[in-house]
Amino acid sequence: MTTEKMTMVKAINSGLRASMEADSKVVVMGEDIGRLGGVFRVTEGLQKDFGDHRVMDTPLAESAIVGTAIGLTFRGFRPVIEIQFDGFVYPAYDQIVSQVARMHFRSSGKVRMPVVIRIPYGGGIGAVEHHSDSPEGQFAMTAGLKVVAPSTPHDAHWMIQQAIASDDPIVFMEPKRRYWESGQVDTGSTDLPLWSSQVVRPGRDATLITYGPMVKTCLASAEAAVEDGLELEVIDLRTLSPLDLAPVVESVRRTGHAVVVHEAARTLGLGAEIAARITEECFFSLEAPVQRVTGYDMPYPPSRAEEEFLPGLDRILDAVDRALQES
Amino acid sequence: MNDPFDPTTPDTTTDSPPVQLLTPAGQRVTDPDYSYDGDLADVQDLYRDLVMVRRIDTEAFALQRHGELGLWPPLLGQEAAQVGAGRAMRPQDFAFPTYRDHGIVWCRGEDPTYLLGIFRGSSLGGWDPADRHVALPNIIIGAQTLHATGYAMGLTIDGLVGTGTPDRDAAAMAFLGDGATSQGDFNEALDWAAVHQAPVVFFCQNNHYAISVPLERQTRVPIAQRADGFGLPGVRVDGNDVLACHAVTTAALQRARDGQGPTLVEAVTYRMGAHTTSDDPTRYREASEVEAWKAKDPLERVATHLRDEGVCEEWFAALDTEADALGEHLRESCQRIPEPDLASLFDQVFVETTVELDQQKAEYVAWRDSFEGSVA
Ligand SMILES: Cc1ncc(C[n+]2csc(CCOP(=O)(O)OP(=O)(O)O)c2C)c(N)n1
Ligand SMILES: [Mg+2]
Repeated sequence: MTTEKMTMVKAINSGLRASMEADSKVVVMGEDIGRLGGVFRVTEGLQKDFGDHRVMDTPLAESAIVGTAIGLTFRGFRPVIEIQFDGFVYPAYDQIVSQVARMHFRSSGKVRMPVVIRIPYGGGIGAVEHHSDSPEGQFAMTAGLKVVAPSTPHDAHWMIQQAIASDDPIVFMEPKRRYWESGQVDTGSTDLPLWSSQVVRPGRDATLITYGPMVKTCLASAEAAVEDGLELEVIDLRTLSPLDLAPVVESVRRTGHAVVVHEAARTLGLGAEIAARITEECFFSLEAPVQRVTGYDMPYPPSRAEEEFLPGLDRILDAVDRALQES
Repeated sequence: MNDPFDPTTPDTTTDSPPVQLLTPAGQRVTDPDYSYDGDLADVQDLYRDLVMVRRIDTEAFALQRHGELGLWPPLLGQEAAQVGAGRAMRPQDFAFPTYRDHGIVWCRGEDPTYLLGIFRGSSLGGWDPADRHVALPNIIIGAQTLHATGYAMGLTIDGLVGTGTPDRDAAAMAFLGDGATSQGDFNEALDWAAVHQAPVVFFCQNNHYAISVPLERQTRVPIAQRADGFGLPGVRVDGNDVLACHAVTTAALQRARDGQGPTLVEAVTYRMGAHTTSDDPTRYREASEVEAWKAKDPLERVATHLRDEGVCEEWFAALDTEADALGEHLRESCQRIPEPDLASLFDQVFVETTVELDQQKAEYVAWRDSFEGSVA
């Protein structure tokens, strides 16, 4: 085992590097990703080492980045796109939803779209407008797209490589507020396939179901709940589309209580689908309705209100209390 | 230069020379097509704006460094472009600025404290665009060029173009950067504006960078030349020359108000500072390049000209005092910017609110109030 402590930024960077070394058809494209190394430095040093054919500073046009990536796949390339911030993916929405997501289907399975669209997403960094959105649900509900979200440096390092190796188009949601946090990365191997959820903390009183930036928040909530004598199980979904709910179902059948946590707005967010599936699969084990702790149904607020807006420890524990009291 | 596919990248900066009426050394020069018609007092007014706008910028920059603002995109070096264009506008015209166009907001007469509020994270705007005919600064690159075009189409429908009544005929003005010229929205805006002969002026501040990406990665011809293909005139102007920017924009706006259609103005300037306070430009550009542009400072040349024309030192000193007062105002008003109140934001999502929002608001307020009296 070769473990190394590194930030998520570094972990994705080294993952990209490994994929580029393994396959000369992997190309990286986006705004400011070459010379600057990306505004978050995720692609730092890649242009220097792989050249500006394979690490392209593109003109400022997201629709064109995704549209040309599609053309590149027709020549066997495997484009990895960086969208600079969540809020800037929408100009590319048409190319993603109408083109990337449908190409395989339209061609009766003949065309493959090995495109990875990396999106630094979510709030909590005190940013200005359009820099804190959580659009994962919009992509997860789009037939023909797969969506994943790592929560740790180790997962980020491996999931990016697994995503690049996949022949399906994948939206890769990077929890930007966890970019600078360090964790142990086993650069030798990983034992988790891409399309799997994971119990990251065992417990028996209630199940917290979450992904991306909220995993850490949920783990902290579970830690705090120990003082109240509660053992909360935390599940990191990792894959948002397709969902891997087997660990969730198994857990909720044991605990009888489920709380789904995400930053994105509540109405029609991923929590809605997860709650429905839990109801379908665990109805007779549920001791209370599934709770949701989410962002509110408003555009992301000015950053000085984000602490109130985002799910935090207090709101999560509040929801746990509600679930337990109702039973 | 930086083009991976073709080492013979054309030089996009030296084709047709930009319109210039005041040289970097402060000499008035003539141009065959454009002239600045103001008198000395008018030039003094423009200089006052330049000084004030630079002060807003340096003050906000300092506030960011002191932790009062989360971010600030400096306009340093682009004062002349913004003041020249902003002062060419009339009250009935309508401006659609970007996040860097603090000088436009100033020229429209809005309190720059609103800008501090945005970059402090206290609000997403603050003012009513209808009040002084200036939209909220747009962060989504290029989007506002379509808004300006639509506004201009509306002016035509409402019969506010080409009536020959100077206080009534109006135009729209879209501000954008060089990077924005790559966006589909901008190219669609040019097309629509030309097809509709809309009374809109696209004022592009070519500051040579879109964050780290140099102009050569956005276009292979001068930006002004892009207008040709869409069927509207394009003009290059020295963006550090406030008189030329004023003259060119005045003419373009008049054309628009007269019903002769849109114009694309490319103001050739330079972003002297970082992209924002989060950026480190030493990673992607040479100090010598910045030095070369220092010699073309937009304020210095006007000051030299005014002194040559006999404007006395007392006047300059009084202006400094006025700028100090503005700085003081900003520092003080920044402290008084109210914290955003999440509860009230629920009411701002729709005109007619929804059951979901009402429920969530009640839930939030109850949760927030449950902490009342507890130790914060
Ligand atoms: C649609 C979109 N994509 C990306 C960004 C991120 N971004 C902010 S400013 C900027 C560069 C803009 O360059 P330019 O248009 O030249 O304006 P300048 O910043 O130089 O004033 C980029 C890429 C954005 N705000 N919107
Ligand atoms: Mg620029």
